[in-house]
Amino acid sequence: MSASAEAVGRRANDTDSEVGLWIFLASEVMFFGLLFYGYTITRINHPQAFADASAHTDLLLGSVNAFVLFTSSLTMALAARSLRLGAQRASVRLLAATLALGILFLAIKCYEYHVDIESHLVPWGDFAVSGRLAGGERLFFFMYFVMTGAHAIHLTVGLGVLSVMLVGVARGTYTEQNSQAVELAALYWALVDTVWIFLYPILYLVHRP
Amino acid sequence: MSTAIAEPAAPEPQSNYLTNGYSLWSWLTTTDHKRIAILYGVTITAFFFIGGAAATLMRLELVSPTPILMSAGTYNKLFTAHGVIMVWFFLIPSIPATLGNFLIPLMVGAKDVALPRVNLLSWYVFALGGCFVIVTLIAGGIDTGWTFYTPYSTRFSQTQVIYGLVGVFVTGFSSIMTGLNFIVTVHRLRAPGLTWFRLPLFVWAIYATSIILVLATPVLAMTLLLLAMQRVFGLGIFDATLGGDPVLFQHMFWFYSHPAVYIMVLPAMGVASEVITCFARKPVFGYRTMAYAIAAIAAFGFMVWGHHMFVAGQSLYASLVFSFLSYIVAIPSAIKVFNWTATLYKGSITFEAPMLYALGFVGLFLIGGLTGLYLASLGMDVDLSRTYFVVAHFHYIMVGGSVMAYFAGLHFWWPKITGKLYSESGSRLAAIVIFVGFNLTFFPQFILGIEGMPRRYFEYSPHFQFLNILSSAGASILAAGYVLPLIYLTWSALHGARAPDNPWGAKGLEWQTRSPPPVENFDAPPSIPERPYDYDPEAAEEARR
Repeated sequence: MSASAEAVGRRANDTDSEVGLWIFLASEVMFFGLLFYGYTITRINHPQAFADASAHTDLLLGSVNAFVLFTSSLTMALAARSLRLGAQRASVRLLAATLALGILFLAIKCYEYHVDIESHLVPWGDFAVSGRLAGGERLFFFMYFVMTGAHAIHLTVGLGVLSVMLVGVARGTYTEQNSQAVELAALYWALVDTVWIFLYPILYLVHRP
Repeated sequence: MSTAIAEPAAPEPQSNYLTNGYSLWSWLTTTDHKRIAILYGVTITAFFFIGGAAATLMRLELVSPTPILMSAGTYNKLFTAHGVIMVWFFLIPSIPATLGNFLIPLMVGAKDVALPRVNLLSWYVFALGGCFVIVTLIAGGIDTGWTFYTPYSTRFSQTQVIYGLVGVFVTGFSSIMTGLNFIVTVHRLRAPGLTWFRLPLFVWAIYATSIILVLATPVLAMTLLLLAMQRVFGLGIFDATLGGDPVLFQHMFWFYSHPAVYIMVLPAMGVASEVITCFARKPVFGYRTMAYAIAAIAAFGFMVWGHHMFVAGQSLYASLVFSFLSYIVAIPSAIKVFNWTATLYKGSITFEAPMLYALGFVGLFLIGGLTGLYLASLGMDVDLSRTYFVVAHFHYIMVGGSVMAYFAGLHFWWPKITGKLYSESGSRLAAIVIFVGFNLTFFPQFILGIEGMPRRYFEYSPHFQFLNILSSAGASILAAGYVLPLIYLTWSALHGARAPDNPWGAKGLEWQTRSPPPVENFDAPPSIPERPYDYDPEAAEEARR
């Protein structure tokens, strides 16, 4: 049985990239999964300290950020959909909105870090909490900074990707027929969003009276 | 068909991937999987000899029960350097990134891997990680052992732990990129008609390995990041005095590092299957069971990491489960050994160099695997854990298994890769020297372990000296055995006779193209066989008479 000449040794196509991106996302899940695992074990060892430490986080800023990021996921999905339907201008506007929301998230997060530093919640150095539970609370804030930090790095990478997509769609590089890159960016953005869905409750909502 | 032949851009017959540009720049900017394979090959060969030199120095020191060559600190740095370099900079990339990179697209009938630029990037990331390790060595090395166990690595070690962690962390991303590329390639770029159960077992093995690479490596990356933060900031989740848990580090570390053993040995199994079937002139016995066994080993490999922590204060119930699951892994592994043996039965066997290496692999893997059962049993492990028995066991798997298979593959596909033949007698001699040297080095270590000599010790009780001298003598033979291929393969690459397209009469798609292959792998579409390994031992026997 001999295969046809055209089909053998074809170049990579859109579906290949999509499969590749899904596999990349799987590795990202393992990447964050390790952090969630570390968080879980440490929380089991220090239930009360984690509940107390969680109360030091800024619930309002965290919740606003959750709202901002989930909204950005909506605009991102609509941007990719619009482009595929040929609505280029709508796609540009939605991408710009996603970018703006992403930057807003990062700005709020930076302000929150600033408040954390001011209130001595950084676990290395002069820590605000003392007493019996201080060790566990330090570990909570250690995980808090590592996890939100890893998330923020992913989000920043996402902002870079979104900027390229925005310019690309505005200039007509990515079009109705050539929308793959934007859709892959949307998939990645969904991962950033999904991670926050898990981070938000385990960091901000541990034990709120 | 006629349109393909009449294409004006058809390359002249003699041009191939090696003649497609001779400058260093053309190599450093290539996206050709075959050239990237060679970039990897050169890099890991350098690391192999650095790691080997460290081992040689250790064995020299261990000739005497008292210090003769170095301080205890230097000895600790040597075994750490040996472990880190051999695991992450030789064994893990060895077969996948060199032979896998070269062969996967050829074996599935593709022009290249699915993401060629990512493939090149992976080599640069690998080289960057390697640079960090070289810097670590120059800056004085690390003395934690390759496992970086805390609290020693975070609180007490005065050495360059951070550089080493960064090196391993960075290299991890090259593993992920390589794995990702292979998964997409195997799923998406198989030639029409090349169904999963027509694929060579080497492709199955690399595919399973790739899944482990993609899913396990991120865990290691994040674990090492947490460890580095703990060392830098003086706090963290692995430090018992601060409310953390050092055994948690061991769980996270081995969640990667046990599957990593299968990253090293599954590709070796793939190579052995290709070579044994070819030189026995018989189809692989139980092809489907072989494929399922590969998948089973990859899956169960993720569930046995706890057997590294039987004496680390892990819960007894967890240990029981991990012990049981470790025995389960032995089943698909044993299936593979039985099937290789059954493949040989009534075959028309010839003993070319690749076959000698492959048979060596089967024998040594068998010993390594069986001694693994001793260590999987809870009671035995308490006694044998942290002795030379463990050292001997995993060297039988990693050196006797993976390195032997790497050499088998290198010799089997060398004519395809370089288009040159190598010295038949020299290569057979080297295979035998390596086999003898290996056994002389590591078999005495089983006895040392049973007698209770702890691993990683610098000074030891004088009554262990005889076996240590035997082991060191073996190591010198082994070292000589490893230098031999370096000499005759280099000579072959420069002055070897031209190799025919299919010197072994082998059946894979890679043998249907020229040696060395053209830039885009196939001049004409390869024909896809109805079943893999369509060898005929009786016809081969007839032909030899």
